[in-house]
Parts: sequence; C-alpha cells; structure tokens
Amino acid sequence: MMLTRFIRYETILAILTIMALITLAMLSNKFFTAGNLLNQGRLMSEVGLVALAMTFVIVTGGIDLSVGSILGLTAILLGVFWQNVGMPLPLAMIAAVICGTLAGLGNGFVITRFRVPPLITTLATLALYRGLAEGISEARSVRGYPEWFFFFGQGEIAGVPFQLWVLVICIVISGVILGFTPFGRATYAIGANETAARFSGIRVDAAKLWIYSAAGFLAAVAAVIFVSRVTTTRSDMGTGIELDVITGVVLGGTSIFGGKGTVAGTVIGLVLIQALKNGLALSGVKGDGTIVVIGIVLIGAILAGALLDRNRGGS
Amino acid sequence: MTAAAVTTTGSRSGFQRFISGYGQELIVALSIIVLFIVVSAVNPRFLSDTNINSIIAGNAYIAVAAIGMSMIIIAGHIDVSVGSLIGVIATIAGTMAVSGYPIWLSWLVPILVSIAINAGVGALVAYTRIPSIVVTLGMLSILKGGLISATGGSWITDLPPAFMIAQARAFGIPSSVYFMVVLTVIAALFMRYTDFGRAIYAVGGNIEAARAAGLNAERTVIGVFALHGLFAGVAGILFATQLQVIQSTVPPNLELTVITASVIGGVSILGGVGTVIGSTLAAILFATIGSALIFLNVSAYWLRAVLGLLILATVLADMIRRRRAK
Repeated sequence: MMLTRFIRYETILAILTIMALITLAMLSNKFFTAGNLLNQGRLMSEVGLVALAMTFVIVTGGIDLSVGSILGLTAILLGVFWQNVGMPLPLAMIAAVICGTLAGLGNGFVITRFRVPPLITTLATLALYRGLAEGISEARSVRGYPEWFFFFGQGEIAGVPFQLWVLVICIVISGVILGFTPFGRATYAIGANETAARFSGIRVDAAKLWIYSAAGFLAAVAAVIFVSRVTTTRSDMGTGIELDVITGVVLGGTSIFGGKGTVAGTVIGLVLIQALKNGLALSGVKGDGTIVVIGIVLIGAILAGALLDRNRGGS
Repeated sequence: MTAAAVTTTGSRSGFQRFISGYGQELIVALSIIVLFIVVSAVNPRFLSDTNINSIIAGNAYIAVAAIGMSMIIIAGHIDVSVGSLIGVIATIAGTMAVSGYPIWLSWLVPILVSIAINAGVGALVAYTRIPSIVVTLGMLSILKGGLISATGGSWITDLPPAFMIAQARAFGIPSSVYFMVVLTVIAALFMRYTDFGRAIYAVGGNIEAARAAGLNAERTVIGVFALHGLFAGVAGILFATQLQVIQSTVPPNLELTVITASVIGGVSILGGVGTVIGSTLAAILFATIGSALIFLNVSAYWLRAVLGLLILATVLADMIRRRRAK
C-alpha cells in the first residue's frame, strides 16, 4: 500500500520529466545534444551530491539548512590549508573534507545530545559556519591552484565529466543503503515514529549522527568539486544551495514530515529541475524566469500528489 | 506544553508564573541590557542617540515581520518566503510612488497584495494539507524569480520625500520605532485575549483537539497567514521607506533572520508556544549584537560567526532550562 503510493508519485514525476524533456528538445535543437546533457550533469553534481544526503535527513523527519554554509566553510578551509598553512594540496583537500564532515557531526551532536529540533540547530549553524568562513577568509579569495586540481571540476573520464561519475557512484551507494539495508529501514522507522523506533531497539541517535555527518561529508566533497570547477575559493560559495537541495528532494516525493521518500525520486526531481533550468534558458527565458517555473512545478507536483493521496483515502 | 499550561499554573505566586510564562523573553531582555551596559562601559559612544537609533529604527522592519512569523510558527507552520515577499512589497511601493500614484495608495496597495498572497498560501496549506514549508519554498522561487525577471534588480531612485514614512519623526524618534512598539503590543494583546488569538495557539498545539473543541482549523490557518501578510506588508513598507533608494531585489537571508528572531524569542518551532514580545526583543538583540561587535572593534568579518555562536548558545540554554522545568 505504502509502496504503491511511492511508485504512483514517482511515476507521475517521471512522466512529467519525460514530457518536459521532449518539449524542451522540440523548443531548442541544442538541448538534446550529448555535449549539452553532459554539461548539465556537471552543473547538477554539486546540488545532487548534497541532495542525496538530504534525502536521508528528511526521511528521518529532520532538515539540514546548514549544508550551503558547510560547503562555503570547506571551500575556505581548502584554500587556507593549502595557501596559508602550507599543506600539500592533496592533504589540504582531505583535511578540509574532514572538517566539513565534523561540521555535519556537530549538527548531529546538538540534535541528538540536546534534543534541539534540527530546523533550529541548523538555522544556528547556518549562521555559525558561514560566519567562520567569512571570518577565516576575511573576504579574500584564494586563486592559483595547480593545473591538476582542476580535473575534479572540469576533467572527464571516458568523455563523461568526472563529477558526474562521482554523483552516479554516490547515487548507487545511497540508493542501496536507503532501499536495501537495515540502516535504510532504520532511517524510515525513525521518520515514521521515532519513539517506536527507539523502543524497537533501533539506535536512533547513532543513526542520526551518521546521517548528519554524511550531509557534512557530501557538502564538503561538493565544495572541492565546486572550487575545482570555478578555479577560485570564496566565502559566499554555496549560499542558498540548501533551498535548491530541499526543493529537489521534496519534488522527488520525500515527505517533509519524514518516513517516506526514495533516492530514485530525488534523482528524478533533480533531473527535472536541471532540465527546466537549462531548457528554458536555451529557449530564451532569462535565468530568473526559470526560478518562477521551478516554484510553480514544485507546488503543482506536490499538489497533484496530495490530491491523488486524498482521492485514494476517500475511496 | 501548550498555551493552556502557561495560564493554568495553579497556586504558584504571580512572580513565579511570570517567570515560567515569559522565561525566554526575560532572558532575551536581560541579554540586551547586559550587552548595553558592558559595551557602553568599553565604548561610551555606543549609547549615542544616532547609534541607538540605527540599532532600533534600522531593524524595526525585521521585528515587525517577526511578529507575523511568530504567529505562523505558533500555529504550527512556517514561511520561508517572507524575505522575497518583503522585496516584492518594497518594489511595488517604490514603483507606485515614483509613477505618481497618491502616496497613501502606494503604501496601502502593496500591503493588500501581501495579505492576498499570504491568504492564498494559507488556503493552499489549509485545504490541500501540503506542508507550509513546501508551499512557501515554491512561493520563494516564484516571488524572487518573478521580481528579478520583472525589474532586473534595478534601483528605484527619486522617491518623493512624503513617501518616506519610516523616516518621519515624532519627539525625535523615527516612526518605524512607533510602528514596532505599537504593533507588538497590539499583537501581544490580540494573541492573549481574543478568541482568534487563542485559536492560533490551539491549532498549533494540537490540531485534532482544536477541531474536537469546535474550532474551524482551516479558517484559522488562512486567517493567521493573512495576518502574517499584513505584518510582512507593513515591514515591506518600512523597509522601502527607510533609505533614499530601493533596490528591487530580495534582501539576502532576510527570511532566516526573521525566523531566527521568532525562534530565539521563545516561539517553539513545534507550534503552540511563544509570544510576539519575545520575537521583537530578539530582533533588537540581534541588531544590538551586530552594533556591539563593531563598537568592541571585533572585525566585521567575524560578525556572523559570533551571531551564530550566540544563537546556538541561546537555543542550548533554552533546551536545558526546559528540561529542568520538567
């Protein structure tokens, strides 16, 4: 029953996405070219990586507003570790990603240890982590990275952008974890009824610590890719990315109340958003007009899903 | 804990009841006072008229928006689109003013637009049961994208002097301060003593119980969103009229500042608890902290980090206090 409901919503969304793709392909002959699609995959990767972890977070009934700030903080630390501290760049990358993961772990610690609601915790750390990024960098950008570093954001393997490989691998891993492992079932159980999950012997706090750390980790990985793609480090990187990420996850059918949602849904949601952004831009709609369309699609899709749900409940 | 628990504290003394009912508001108020004493001891210029004016008057619009946000959160909902809405309101008002419409009309029409938009959001939330965070996330995109594609983010200049209502002064105090104080008091009385105000707490505390008690939950939700639209509209007008120019874009991070003010002021994100006095105090606290750091010679770059740390500390203190109270 629950399962058929997921499939229903995701099917609708998939059909909607395919319709959008066909329409966009007809509107512009540049849209459906391999070069364009691969480039769109490149642009989608940073939001996509964070959205995978956010799917887990929202399935537990939580939210993480601080991912954009973690991205910015990691980017700054990468630059500072390398340029100011003098670490070799590979070491700086690892150290920065560890710090980003610890930032996520910090969220998880406050949420589980002090029982502060995730929305408030991450609202506070959104300001804190972005503030640390601004304070550490003092608004100076870091440039002059060596050539090999740009591979992560601009390079290709077998003709496919490097970060798209990373994204695909992460999609598979997170899809398997959420769909087919005890940890995934625990994630759903926490979101459906946390108290019941606790009484059934699920280690709720440990699971949450892992999930918020994973959000920090993926935001940090996205930061390295971002810096490599744009060749420079700035403290405002990733500002507002949390809203794009949440839009993708929610559009993908994950309930903001927790307990249901799939990685596949999130991926379809992300593809739909990116296709709309790109397709509308190619057909001459200015950048900001596409945001309007994404807002309408978000409300429309969720509305359709809710009406579908209600009809079924009534029958 | 629901609002009812605040009023039925039984035989405890009036003072204890005051402490338990307004604990968070007292903490925030004390923080402001301590901050003023400490900072002015280090740097007496902190207490100058111009500085106090810029702290309070310059941030009054945030406090006004936080009143409406508090009501929304007390009702168990949230609005992440308020920053974009304020940007839209300010742009409509400014555009009307320079296009030669009567001044009162360029104040009134944007406020009505704001009420209408939010009543629409409220209806969508109430009748389709789509979570408000999703609807307002969509609204955020629509308003922000619509505003920038319509205006290109241009500056509105040459605003008529009569339009600048936030700059008007009475007894040396800017009108925005009066707006903030009067609206806070009215809203606080409204929330405490009117049927509709109590209904907002009831719906946020336990919607099924509220329904069982005969409340029309849908109408309450639409009403509270419309009220939020009113406060956001007034905030937008204050924002539009406090400087000589209006940039027709969305003020960055404004929605998060407003939500944070509500939450730090003691409004529980879970709904059903809190007061609008707390959110106004919290908005002033943020502004005071921002100004204090400058007067204490803390680098402006570290401002947000300190603010974030303080928010976290306040939240943790509140959680520990609540746990002890149990």
